[in-house]
Amino acid sequence: MITITHYLVLSAILFTVGVTGVLIRRNAIIIFMCIELMLNAVNLSFVACAHYLNSMQGQLFVFFTMTVAAAEAAVGLAIIVAVFRNKETVNIDDINIMKW
Amino acid sequence: MSEYLFYIVAVITVTTAVYLIFEKNPVFGALYLIQTMVSLAVLYILLEAQFVAAVQIIVYAGAIMVLFLFVIMLLNLDIKEETRNPLLFQRIPAILMGIALFTVICIVIRSKLLQGKQDQYTTAYVQSIGNTKLIGNLLFTDYLLPFEITSILLFVAAIGAIMLAKRKL
Repeated sequence: MITITHYLVLSAILFTVGVTGVLIRRNAIIIFMCIELMLNAVNLSFVACAHYLNSMQGQLFVFFTMTVAAAEAAVGLAIIVAVFRNKETVNIDDINIMKW
Repeated sequence: MSEYLFYIVAVITVTTAVYLIFEKNPVFGALYLIQTMVSLAVLYILLEAQFVAAVQIIVYAGAIMVLFLFVIMLLNLDIKEETRNPLLFQRIPAILMGIALFTVICIVIRSKLLQGKQDQYTTAYVQSIGNTKLIGNLLFTDYLLPFEITSILLFVAAIGAIMLAKRKL
């Protein structure tokens, strides 16, 4: 019997992997992919809660999350392309002109 | 049957996610992330959210990941770049922080904080009308304002992406 706890723990594992990836990687594009992974983990918990509460609202919120993720990916990748055009790198150790 | 399917797909999802964060080549990382998203679509079908599963494959695995792969190929990144200037003592504390975060989330899941009242959309009711039809009805009645705001958000994001990608900022 698969309960809601199984899905929530799987979602927690995926979210944790995403957070760890953001912390240990230096490539800006991989960091972006880890953010997408975190959004996907939250989507999974939305759908799991919606299913086990016999509700529809969780599935609707997944659509809004997907829209935000699409907008974020478009703007973020445009920023990465603009940064690469100026500094010839996407390694975040080299992009430190705003560092205090 | 669906229990075995859940465990198999869960193992695939977590494995590809872990491969993503330890992969040196960004192209292979993007391919691992696509596999993660397809596995999540299988989980959505197990949770009887068929339309969400279809949108997951079309929008995430299709559109967004193609955008990522396009940018990776466009920038033609050097794989060696990652190991050039490693911050020492960052990897181990980051993994420990991840384990701590996972513990905190599990404590919240185990607690009685996560409770809600049952709604009317049982499996039999949803199957008698259809998942997609119910979502469409709700999206254009109760959630009409968020839906319209979403269109403005996408419009602004498109304008922002075009402005940022211009040659002279």
